[in-house]
Amino acid sequence: MTAELKSDQGPEEYAAPSTIEEAARLMADGDALILAGGTDLKLQTGEGRIPYKKRLVNIRRIADLRGVTMDSGELRIGALTTMTDILKDELLGDMAPILAEAANHFASSQIRNVATIGGNICNASPAGDSLPALLVLDGEVELTCFDSGALTNRRVPLKDFFTGPGKTVKRAEELLSAVCFAVPEQRARARFLKSGPRPALEISVVSAALSALRDGNEVFHVRLAFGAVGPVPLRAMATEALLEGKTLTPQLIEEAVETLMGEISPIDDVRATAWYRGHLASVYLRRLLSDDC
Amino acid sequence: MTVNIDIRFVLNGRTVQASVPADMSALALLRDKLGMTGTKLACGEGECGACTILIDGESVNACLMYAVDCDGREILSIEGLRTEEVLSDIQQAFVDHGAIQCGFCTPGMIIQAKYLVDNNPTLSLEELQRGLEGNVCRCTGYKKIFDAISDVANAEA
Ligand SMILES: Cc1cc2nc3c(=O)[nH]c(=O)nc-3n(C[C@H](O)[C@H](O)[C@H](O)COP(=O)(O)OP(=O)(O)OC[C@H]3O[C@@H](n4cnc5c(N)ncnc54)[C@H](O)[C@@H]3O)c2cc1C
Ligand code: FES
Ligand code: FES
Repeated sequence: MTAELKSDQGPEEYAAPSTIEEAARLMADGDALILAGGTDLKLQTGEGRIPYKKRLVNIRRIADLRGVTMDSGELRIGALTTMTDILKDELLGDMAPILAEAANHFASSQIRNVATIGGNICNASPAGDSLPALLVLDGEVELTCFDSGALTNRRVPLKDFFTGPGKTVKRAEELLSAVCFAVPEQRARARFLKSGPRPALEISVVSAALSALRDGNEVFHVRLAFGAVGPVPLRAMATEALLEGKTLTPQLIEEAVETLMGEISPIDDVRATAWYRGHLASVYLRRLLSDDC
Repeated sequence: MTVNIDIRFVLNGRTVQASVPADMSALALLRDKLGMTGTKLACGEGECGACTILIDGESVNACLMYAVDCDGREILSIEGLRTEEVLSDIQQAFVDHGAIQCGFCTPGMIIQAKYLVDNNPTLSLEELQRGLEGNVCRCTGYKKIFDAISDVANAEA
């Protein structure tokens, strides 16, 4: 037999709505667990790490939640957009290629075909690969819920969204409907780096993203983010502030590394030691700042 | 108590109906409920690709998929590739190249290879290698697998 938890702990109800409103109504009592691609959920529930709630709500039939659109200078990525969609999307390829960089070495082909950006955000792993990229794009998540007889939306900047490993400010009755960000300036350059012992199928040991405008050697509008160096995906705001508007010199870069070391709080785990993570973060920061990016 | 859900989907060209617990995997549905054991269980956590199937033309790991999510969709598993007594071109190429030893990875390899060949008319070796990152083979050393699939890709190009 295929080894599976013998099932009396599964959900008591199941629904596969085709509209956002139906999904939000099904979540309104706070007793629903959302199924998107399932690449995190299947294992987490199977191992008992996440208990099922009363209702399993499969949102994959909601066509409105999938795809990338641009409106009034803003890009909007629907929660169900998969990593494969992101790799293929021409709009994103033109406007925010850093997302394709992050999706390119995400898991494997089979997983990219189903893993959604909404799932990557809601899973709130400090190592989630789309997260440093979305953080340097100044991403905001859109949360939707059904309240007093109507759909309501609120927006939360991604930098305020994560509160701990697997924890966010999203309430149980809220659906993450999209992640949005202003179309980056044409001149802005953004890059993503990820490290693991293998080139593929690797949860990042450390990941890093930088977005900046460059004028000669001066850097402006600096956004810097790291994955897997603390309990949440981190916007390194002290390091950003140090770099803002300055001319990059070897000395400034070393000062930035020092500031970064004060901002991160890496841990030892099965994938790497805290020391190695700190070391990698410093290597990545030097690389991002010296690269012509 | 876990709810059972009635689902209906197309498996290898035939409509199938089943009643499945809401937390069952698509892999358990295929293997344990429908007796279609061509699709393999190895790691059970998305790392090895032995359980690869096509859903609406896209390759996925059946071990990470919920059986209830098969509802209304079209699935191709290794059993659906052969027609009558003839192997599909990718299957035949694996035989011709000796790209099979124990055979445990083979169904997943072949389904993923079909996905790659069908979706990329000019599949390069590098694209092939990247496309098979999620398929582990402990026997062949991959070379013969790459050769077999490259042959089919080049013949179709
Ligand atoms: C072998 C393997 C390799 C992996 N490699 C990587 C990797 O390289 N990089 C990486 O970042 N991740 C990786 N992952 C993790 C996983 O694939 C990603 O986090 C993926 O993006 C999750 O998306 P999903 O659609 O599958 O989410 P699901 O598993 O469906 O959901 C994840 C969580 O988010 C909740 N949720 C999902 N969507 C919503 C929504 N719209 N609103 C509210 N709640 C929601 C679910 O209830 C669940 O708690 C890997 C996983 C596996 C098994
Ligand atoms: S059994 Fe599904 S990926 Fe290994
Ligand atoms: S032939 Fe044995 S695992 Fe590939």
